[in-house]
Amino acid sequence: MSFLPYAIAAWLFLAGLYGIVSSRNLIRAILSLTVVQSATYVILIAIGYTKGGQAPIFADIPQTSKAVDPVVQVLVLTDVVIEATVSAMLLALAVQAHKRFGSLDPQKLRALRD
Amino acid sequence: MSRTTRLALFGVAAVGLGAVLVIGLAGLPAFGDYRGVYGHVLDGIGVTERHATDLVTALNFDIRGFDTLGEEFILFASVLGVVLILRQLRDEHQHPNQEEVDEHKFVGASEALRALSLVLIPVLLALGVYIVVHGQITPGGGFQGGVILATGPLAVFLAGRYLRMRIVAPQVVVEIGDAIGAIGYGLVGLGGLVFVGVFFKNFLPLGIPGHLLSAGQIDVASTAVGLEVSGAFLVAWSEFLDQTILVRSRGES
Amino acid sequence: MTVLQIAALAAVALLGGGVVAASDPLRQTLMLSIYGLALTMMFFVFQAPDVALSEIVVSTVGLPVMILLALRKVRQQERERREEDP
Repeated sequence: MSFLPYAIAAWLFLAGLYGIVSSRNLIRAILSLTVVQSATYVILIAIGYTKGGQAPIFADIPQTSKAVDPVVQVLVLTDVVIEATVSAMLLALAVQAHKRFGSLDPQKLRALRD
Repeated sequence: MSRTTRLALFGVAAVGLGAVLVIGLAGLPAFGDYRGVYGHVLDGIGVTERHATDLVTALNFDIRGFDTLGEEFILFASVLGVVLILRQLRDEHQHPNQEEVDEHKFVGASEALRALSLVLIPVLLALGVYIVVHGQITPGGGFQGGVILATGPLAVFLAGRYLRMRIVAPQVVVEIGDAIGAIGYGLVGLGGLVFVGVFFKNFLPLGIPGHLLSAGQIDVASTAVGLEVSGAFLVAWSEFLDQTILVRSRGES
Repeated sequence: MTVLQIAALAAVALLGGGVVAASDPLRQTLMLSIYGLALTMMFFVFQAPDVALSEIVVSTVGLPVMILLALRKVRQQERERREEDP
């Protein structure tokens, strides 16, 4: 049972990759990319967890109590906000591609490139 | 290559990748058995050294502030990319889509949605400012509070009028706010270099932990990042809204 | 591992599969919002409140607004294209 978070992270990664590979619509591929990114969040937070640890906020608990690792939380926190804007840029690319070539299908986009 | 070939190739590769992932992840220590040293050290010294009770924000803006500089500029660059990709091309003219404007003026949203949005606007703005400013005491900080601040003008759009949103948050003001936030964060780092001698070292007076003006530069850095994140999200949303409301036609308008 | 943690992880796994399996992009956007809520609960139960706050704000409002506007623009462009050459 202690392997469960890592197994779920591996499952999310592979499921997201399958979604990217098998999608017929560029926007569906971008949303499956979000699932792949969330797999890394699960792994990072699971690594930093100590049994019996509390949140690293010492406003009301004494300073010497056991707390989880704060460094991985910093990484995931900034990552969540930034991947939203990167997905926005990918969506802008998809909208422009549809305006130019008339289709959101990755297969058809390759054919119309010439 | 056809779709079935691609899927078959992916199937083979996924089995291999899955095996490697499982073998690799099984070598990690068991869940809950944290063996790192850095985390325990930081938990021990955080409050006494940095006078901040929220360690995650203290790490974000003070101890690992240089990392956040890089991440913040990733955000800035990707929003710049959105603006560049969706810019008005030189042979396209821009005029408001007449039917969209009429539809918003005439029907708009239902009364319940408009009333609720009007009530929510001051609540959202106050909550955003609260979370940005209290980053070093409670869970919060520039990133979270910035996105909440950005939803204030979005509620104006939800209350029925897109063009009103343009008056509340005009494009130029939002873009200037975004840039000021980005520059401000760099200036905080430079302040450390100028006054103390180390880039991003805390140079403002550390107060009493748990008070609002504690932990030196975390407040200033948090405000700068909050400005930048809210400006970035508003610019991205406005660019996409421009695409739907304003019609850009090629050639003659 | 407590029961709450196992339940949160199971919800994340199920909804992640649901996001990939949804048929059209509009349904996928709604599934993505609910998936963000499940991730928020998971972060909260794993003692990471800052991350939970950031995830709920971005994944329920920040990202779906952009996706819905992009989908609307694509639909509008298809309608224009169909009007141009019938």
